[in-house]
Amino acid sequence: MALDSSKTTGFKYVGTRPNRPDGLDKVTGRAKFGADATAPGMLFAAIKRSPHAHAKIVKIDASKALAMEGVKAVVTRADFAEGLTGEDWNILENVMAGDTALYDGHAVAAVAATSALIAKDAIKAIEVEYQILPHVTDVDKAIEPDAPVIRAGAADASVPEGLHPNVVRYYESGHGDVEAGFAEADLVIEEHFTTEATHQGYIEPHACLGTLGGDGKGELWCCTQGHWNVQKVCAALLGLETSQLRVTASEIGGGFGGKTTVFIEPVALALSRKANRPVKLVMTRSEVFRASGPTSSTSMNVKIGMKKDGTITAAQGIFRLQGGAFPGAPCDMTAMCAFAPYNLKNVHQVGYDVITNRPKQAAYRAPGSPMAAFAVESVMDELCNQLGLDPIEVRLKNASHEGTTANFGITWPRIGLVETLEAAKAHPHYAAPLKPGQGRGISCGFWFNHGGETSVSLAMSEDGSAQIMVGTPDIGGSRASMALMAAEVLGIPYENIRCTIADTSSLGYNEISHGSRVTYASGLATIKAAEAAVEELCRRAAAKWDIPAEAVYWEDGYAKPSGPNAGDHEPLHITELTADMGATGGPINGHFEATPEGAGVSFATHIVDAEVDPETGATKVVRYTVVQDAGKAIHPTYVEGQFQGGAAQGIGWALNEEYIYGEDGRLQNAGFLDYRIPVASDLPFIDTVIVEVPNPGHPFGVRGVGETSICPPLAAIANAVSNAVGVRMRQLPMRPARVLEALESKNG
Amino acid sequence: MSKTHVTTKVNGDEVEFLCDPRETLLDVLRDRLGLTGAKEGCGTGDCGACSVTVDGRLVCSCLMLGVEAEGKEIGTVEGIAQGETLHPLQKKFIEYAALQCGICTPGILIAAKSLLEKNPAPTETEVRYWLAGNLCRCTGYDKIIRAVMDTAAEMREAS
Repeated sequence: MALDSSKTTGFKYVGTRPNRPDGLDKVTGRAKFGADATAPGMLFAAIKRSPHAHAKIVKIDASKALAMEGVKAVVTRADFAEGLTGEDWNILENVMAGDTALYDGHAVAAVAATSALIAKDAIKAIEVEYQILPHVTDVDKAIEPDAPVIRAGAADASVPEGLHPNVVRYYESGHGDVEAGFAEADLVIEEHFTTEATHQGYIEPHACLGTLGGDGKGELWCCTQGHWNVQKVCAALLGLETSQLRVTASEIGGGFGGKTTVFIEPVALALSRKANRPVKLVMTRSEVFRASGPTSSTSMNVKIGMKKDGTITAAQGIFRLQGGAFPGAPCDMTAMCAFAPYNLKNVHQVGYDVITNRPKQAAYRAPGSPMAAFAVESVMDELCNQLGLDPIEVRLKNASHEGTTANFGITWPRIGLVETLEAAKAHPHYAAPLKPGQGRGISCGFWFNHGGETSVSLAMSEDGSAQIMVGTPDIGGSRASMALMAAEVLGIPYENIRCTIADTSSLGYNEISHGSRVTYASGLATIKAAEAAVEELCRRAAAKWDIPAEAVYWEDGYAKPSGPNAGDHEPLHITELTADMGATGGPINGHFEATPEGAGVSFATHIVDAEVDPETGATKVVRYTVVQDAGKAIHPTYVEGQFQGGAAQGIGWALNEEYIYGEDGRLQNAGFLDYRIPVASDLPFIDTVIVEVPNPGHPFGVRGVGETSICPPLAAIANAVSNAVGVRMRQLPMRPARVLEALESKNG
Repeated sequence: MSKTHVTTKVNGDEVEFLCDPRETLLDVLRDRLGLTGAKEGCGTGDCGACSVTVDGRLVCSCLMLGVEAEGKEIGTVEGIAQGETLHPLQKKFIEYAALQCGICTPGILIAAKSLLEKNPAPTETEVRYWLAGNLCRCTGYDKIIRAVMDTAAEMREAS
């Protein structure tokens, strides 16, 4: 019996657009998100945070808070595990400050009380004595010789000698001889670019409900992209056995990478252990901005040499990433993604991870890649402009494709960059005329995508319906994709499958929903789990017919004898095999666990038209087209949604969004009024083209789609604005004042 | 601090509660009445996730105090469907995939319903400006706007 569902065409369910299984819950208000849970006897918590960018904590006096009516517990760093090392120690330091507050908003103590109002009053009553230290929040200033050292000894072995101690990681790669390459060029352009820190901006603040007893057993409900990771980290920070803490992922109100780590969950558990009652802890929006992970800010130099015919002769980039007070800024990713779209003989890239007195950066949708694309694709645009070349033709001429060597050393497998460029060239948008005051921008973008540890379990019910347990929280409709893939293998209707996000006690380990891995890895595991169930279903049919299992095959929900030699048997429908499964060998289940490593990389090409108001400097994106390789779109509507969402976040990053720090090192715009994300009236409809170049590493050809969509927008929009105003825009965001300044510089 | 007794109507049902004068209407709905459909995304009236109607008027429930609900009629996302019949907006939001994570959906549904009651034939621009107070970080608004426009067209045909 051949049991391999691999195929890239001829699907019955995959590629259709059914309603999502959790749709009703989400339009009626009954879906339970992080802050929607309650427990009997529940307390409410609040966190005391440092108002200083950098300060020694001399003394914390909680006596007045503890004396207040309704206050049940106060915790500080003393209530967490000691002797941690590596990333566990870094996370603990971030979750609750040790002897030093490292940024404005750093947690220093927390309170649990009988109401949220009492908890808020109580944190004001906690007295903290600080000794203020010099601070730095800017990436370039943080590596100047006289910059204050944020934490001595934080650098790892990758950092060459002689660099400032705030450089904590270093990355370098490339091949060929860039100097020789630049000498061959007809035109060499080198520019400096900066981008500001932006926040993922999920609408749901971090929220959790934790219960932990003196017996070391706990329950935790929280909004997270990865509850097994929460389980592991919380257990370490509280000194528990991992398996004794059961973590349930709530519905999640957006993450975009920002909910891949922990911030408040260990605090709620520590308070619960101390008060011996369930504790609910919800961040305010201001806390989300000040103390959860924004993305890195950057300072970048990019130099590219080109011949008159558009051939790139050499490319070089230096990428400095500011990652807050802890190591981890994705300088390696930035450097690797930078020139990934191009087939280069001579290339060299360097990345610096720089710590400052800001919150620890967290992943944000293709971490590090959008900034790299901004710098590289801006220089590409300028080269095309100065040499009078078509930007898509030049990209096609230099495009990476199967068999070429990537800038970071790998040999590309089958990739779809050329297909996205061809589709963009053929799109009516590319040929549409522009109005006065408008400019058009093109950019490519690249993201790796990821596999990761994955477990899926599938169980047949007696009536022939199926339930799937997956461990990757559903952030944007993934339950629908899982059900479609299982339906395809089992040959039963999509509606007959229920997909549940299992808690940590109900399924084996699952890595976080990150790296655009869910439809790829949980999808692959779902297909394999369904195949295992089908194999057992065939075995049961074989036993009924008294023929070998190898003589049975599965088609469209039926077990069938594989040929005349297998005998003349009426096909058995799945319901005929599940109805008596208890008597024919027991429950029929399928499961799959592995670390799949065939996640196909993904490329995109975006086309943007922007219109600049010369009076105000305000930019309006008037037309936007996303072209991206999805490998195979399981549910095309949700693939389009990922394309559109990434483009919209990119528009915000390019035009409006930025963390603004004062001289005092305090964040000045910790709210949605002053940190303005795009609203409905800021945006046009966002057109999408799904390119499908199947990924050989997935049975149905899936490539992750969630992240690549945010890689091109910064550059595409900057190119559109630069072409509209006639001045190269090298700093993001392109806020109106900055654009006016550019216009004035041009007009002299 | 002593609590205040409030009598109000929520989704047509009479309810009573005691609340601290500092509690917002959103706090009361979520923590005292168990109606967690309205969400707190910002607490400052900038995101619209807590949108409800008060005597038919669209408001951010995080900007109104619980005690101000005395004698009013409050409408929340839990009251949009009639029994098992979904409101046309709810159906279209599912059909168009006008939600990804779904946290902004209750507020957007309340706001869109309020728009269609005032203006059964809004232009795209009118829909975009009306919903400009409701942040969505997942969708880029594309499918939301399309779902609202199509609902409006369908409701016009039906009436």
